[in-house]
Amino acid sequence: MRASRRIIGLGLALAMVAGSASAGDQKPAGSEKQSAKEKTSASAKDDLFFDEAFYHAYQGQYFEAIQRLDTELEQYHRLDEPGLDTLHRNIGEAEFSVGDFELDYRMHYKAGRAIKRVLEGAVDEAVRNEAAFRLARIHFQKDQLDDALQALGRIQGTVPAKIKNDVEFLRANIYMATDKPNEAIEVLNHLQNDPSLAGFVAYNLGIAQLRAGKKQEAVEQLDKAGRIQANDPAGLAIRDKSNLVLGSLLFESGNFERAKQALDRVRLDGPFSNEALLRAGWADTSSKQFDRALVPWNILADREPTDVAVQEALLAVPHTYADLKLYGRAALTYGRALELYSNQLEKIDASINSIKEGRFLKALIREESREDQTWVIRLRGLTGAPETFYLMSLMASHDFQTALHNYLDLEDLRSKLMGYQSSLEAFDDIIRLRKQNYEPLLPEIDAKFRELDSRMRVRLQQRKQFDERLHAMLTAPRPDYLATTDERIASERIALIEKRLGGSDSPESLALRQRLARLRGVLTWRVETEYPKRLTAAFDHLNELNTQVDALNQQHEAFVRTRQAATHSYVGYDAQIAQLRKRVGSALKNVDILMARQGEMIESVAINQLEARRDRLVAQQIQARFGIADSYDRASRAESGAGGR
Amino acid sequence: MKNRKYLSVVSALVLGLSFGALSGLHAAPLQGTKSTERTDNKKTEQKSAAATPDQRQMRDLDEQVQQTKSDVLSIAAELNQLEEKLLYPSGTQVAIFVALAKGDELRLDAVRLQIDGQLVAHYIYSAKELEALRKGGVQRIYVGNVATGDHKLNVLVDGKLKSGSDFNRTEHFTFHKEVKPKLVELTVAGPDAGSTPITLGEL
Repeated sequence: MRASRRIIGLGLALAMVAGSASAGDQKPAGSEKQSAKEKTSASAKDDLFFDEAFYHAYQGQYFEAIQRLDTELEQYHRLDEPGLDTLHRNIGEAEFSVGDFELDYRMHYKAGRAIKRVLEGAVDEAVRNEAAFRLARIHFQKDQLDDALQALGRIQGTVPAKIKNDVEFLRANIYMATDKPNEAIEVLNHLQNDPSLAGFVAYNLGIAQLRAGKKQEAVEQLDKAGRIQANDPAGLAIRDKSNLVLGSLLFESGNFERAKQALDRVRLDGPFSNEALLRAGWADTSSKQFDRALVPWNILADREPTDVAVQEALLAVPHTYADLKLYGRAALTYGRALELYSNQLEKIDASINSIKEGRFLKALIREESREDQTWVIRLRGLTGAPETFYLMSLMASHDFQTALHNYLDLEDLRSKLMGYQSSLEAFDDIIRLRKQNYEPLLPEIDAKFRELDSRMRVRLQQRKQFDERLHAMLTAPRPDYLATTDERIASERIALIEKRLGGSDSPESLALRQRLARLRGVLTWRVETEYPKRLTAAFDHLNELNTQVDALNQQHEAFVRTRQAATHSYVGYDAQIAQLRKRVGSALKNVDILMARQGEMIESVAINQLEARRDRLVAQQIQARFGIADSYDRASRAESGAGGR
Repeated sequence: MKNRKYLSVVSALVLGLSFGALSGLHAAPLQGTKSTERTDNKKTEQKSAAATPDQRQMRDLDEQVQQTKSDVLSIAAELNQLEEKLLYPSGTQVAIFVALAKGDELRLDAVRLQIDGQLVAHYIYSAKELEALRKGGVQRIYVGNVATGDHKLNVLVDGKLKSGSDFNRTEHFTFHKEVKPKLVELTVAGPDAGSTPITLGEL
């Protein structure tokens, strides 16, 4: 099962090689041709925070990407009118993207839940189908093959063109993993025209045919896959892999010459070159072409000595010299192998001891050692750090990789949490200082404000009354309301004089009354005839006042906001900060426990692997010793034989 | 965090090697496993049950790590909200974003921002950040506080054109801050794109 899973996963792994080698190229692996991480659009109209999440994701900062997008989505779902939000037109993509980021951050459970939510929501058929595909992909990656098939079974109707072939490619991979090679062949046959999947389809088809017992067809198919034109790292890697598998197949069936041809097609600088060189040598040896075998093996013998294939070649080279009856040369190269094995054993012992002393984990989390893409390779070269010599070899183990990824993620979380602790302390300081600043000032400010506020309210009330009265005068004219002060005084004086005249009938009084009546008439005439003009002027004045009132209201609102902000800047945070501090502390404790457990596991896996390598090296060392003795013996026998003759 | 991808790179490379180690005898184990491996999907569960104690422990740990990540993400979200409330209240908040024009090949080296004559951000881009911008990512370069009303924004951009020649531009904008948070997007483009070097979008 493990072997078959590895074969199936090869496409994914190879594409990972390629994807990674192209410095952040977002093209995903094998079954994930369509990049989950590539946005389908990027325009000024996009939600800026959504685009910001991608800015982090494109740099591999998935924690930040998830955090940003989660916050955006949460806010979006809380809106009364989400249709007006800038995220609305990308909402489907955003929901998927958060799942993708979670997947990239190795949070399969959460990613699965996020995608299930999309699947169960009221979404378009195309969106639902894409969600089903993504869910199937997660199940496949988690080895839940029946669930993966079930998820694919939910795809009905319109399938977005961009994922159509990916769906089928994933289906084929699931068939392969569930030991249904014939079904996989049928699916893969229909995918052969997709150029973006070319290498993977060709290779997987060959493997499916092999598993279906169609060995000859598999050989021809892998031969085709091994000749595919490729320029990108993924294509080149899958081509190399096809040739390696083909070469091995042909080797096993005794077709050494053709096996050699296939193995020779593997690039000398690719990830499969060591294995190919080793097998090419064996193919030559098996066809009794010992001198030809020395060519790939001698190349291999000069490569990185921690590599298994290199260590094997070191023993194979002198063995071949012995086959060629070059015993002196064989003894020398056995000697070289023996020396190297001794050195490597020392290194392995040093590595094991160093790991036991806990230095391995410290080396792994050294930030400066992980500054570029070659950090694992460079770690091996660190002087005084034997714990990392065999890191590359250890990385070949899936268990080790999982443990290491988790350990490094936990270390990141730990530094984040420690940062949060500092932030909370800083927040406490800010709040304390703001309190110190505002508390003595606010009572006086509030008192002044209350006074101004009450005066303002009085004025506004007056203005309101004027407004109501003027509007009433439009329907029930009251010219007397618009009389000027002089007119009012004059009117009052007339009334006073009238009162003083009383009921006197004297001629002087009568004359005065007539004059008063004329004066009142003049006043009334003026007030009545000028009423419309005065009413218009009154409205104009009232409107002029509006500008001032508006400015006053704005100032009032601004003050209220600022005043509220002043209080909000230091009041009401205590409980939240205390709770957060508790959560951070608890998470930190949890991370420490997990790191200890995970670290222990890494060390244990590493030591187990290194001990296995050690056993192998010891066995090779014994063979080399025997080889030296045997070579000297044969050499001396050959010499004495020659002397005797 | 930023180095995780590199780890994947090397892991993948080594994975490739591990497959290589298996590959020579691919056919035989595959054929051989056919009869012993699962023939139906139920075997997935059997496989889980048959996992070694180490593998079970590994899966258990993996689940716990995932749960912890989830917890820390939730803490981070709450802390962010708290930070925003404390440091950048909505009434005064202004956030400035930088984007590269789609398909533009300008190598953006640095961006400097001045609000009302005051330098508020000076950012120098790494290769990874530039790549993220080129792919359509948008960087939040500055978050701060300004009063409501009009503000002057000076943007200074340094970079290199595809031809290798230096590219420097300074643009002056005015944006209006209302009571709600202000989002300003600056889109930078080289002269090759034929568009305005720096454009401002307000939200």
